[in-house]
Amino acid sequence: MSAAVYRIVWAPGSDRLHGTCHCGAEHDADDPVELWQWLLAHPDHAGAETNGAAG
Amino acid sequence: MTAFVRNQWYVAAYTEEVGEDLLARTILGEPIVFYRTQDGTAVGLADRCVHRRFPLSLSRRDGDRIVCGYHGFTYEPSGACVYVPAQTRIPRTARVPSYRVVEQDSLVWVWIGEPELADASAIPRAPWLDQPGWTTVRGMEPLAARYGLLVDNLLDLSHETYLHGGYIGTPEVAETPITTEVDEDARIVYVRRRMKDVECPPFYASSTGIDGRIDRWQDIEYRPPCLYLLHSRIAPTGVEPGPDGDDRGACHAEIVYAITPETETTTLDFWMVARDFAVDDEAVSEFLAKSNRTVVMQDVVALNALERVIATEPEGYQELSINIDTGGLAARRLLRKLAG
Repeated sequence: MSAAVYRIVWAPGSDRLHGTCHCGAEHDADDPVELWQWLLAHPDHAGAETNGAAG
Repeated sequence: MTAFVRNQWYVAAYTEEVGEDLLARTILGEPIVFYRTQDGTAVGLADRCVHRRFPLSLSRRDGDRIVCGYHGFTYEPSGACVYVPAQTRIPRTARVPSYRVVEQDSLVWVWIGEPELADASAIPRAPWLDQPGWTTVRGMEPLAARYGLLVDNLLDLSHETYLHGGYIGTPEVAETPITTEVDEDARIVYVRRRMKDVECPPFYASSTGIDGRIDRWQDIEYRPPCLYLLHSRIAPTGVEPGPDGDDRGACHAEIVYAITPETETTTLDFWMVARDFAVDDEAVSEFLAKSNRTVVMQDVVALNALERVIATEPEGYQELSINIDTGGLAARRLLRKLAG
């Protein structure tokens, strides 16, 4: 698999979606439309929590 | 409406459908006639005589040529006209477009778009359909609905619980969260649903012979626009693949769909179920073919109804999307991107 992978995990037992951009930025939302918009705004992730990976 | 995606490969037919007879298929609004030449090559030509538009699919063959059933214009497999009635001069423009056709994995793929962009190595694979150790049942249902509705349907399998109860749907399908990934470079959508210690639906209980609770994996791999793969794993609960990847304790079904737009509001729904269990058991093949066709027809009825609803709704209707739609939304976006 190539590197440009966006991931959204729907956590069991919860309604929350957890999104991870290929740059490492992460964001939670409870609406898939909002979360895709956030991910696809890369590299302009508003209020991102990052894990330190380079964008 | 999701636009057509041109400059792509589409499944036009199963290999066994293309033979001596002339087969008419419309793909992305383009009428095409398919046949097989005497040396076994599958051919696709525009299904319209250059003279007065008569469908070549309603004509007859003369060896590898097609003789138009209206006035006798005669075409080579290349599309070149080699005979016109009652005159020796063949007009320079007497030619029908020919399509690039490739057979792979028992599917007949056709390139729709600019011919010089066709690259056969870009055709996605479904090797189980034509591989020792696997048995496949399949069919094709015409859908009176736009192809985007079938993409939505297949990317969100939670509908199985409600639309396909008693066949492949169980309560756990709709209740189990999913993980969605989009590989932006390879243009693939993955949606994984892993269910542990769940009820075995009749579709798999009867075919695999597994008694009792199961672990059920539904791993979707959608390669837009045409090819959809559902890697389905069914195992007695607790049976995991070995550390070396050995998974002989499980049964595997590769559910393959080819989603081929016919017109803006109709679709060719090719469905296939390949399995690595009970491969020589005719009764299992008959059961799976019958059950899966029933499931597909349940979808057909639902999607045809959706198409009728969309046809009459006011412009600007706003849908509501929830967590189960995460994969479907990703697929829609990739299709828009591919359509340019």
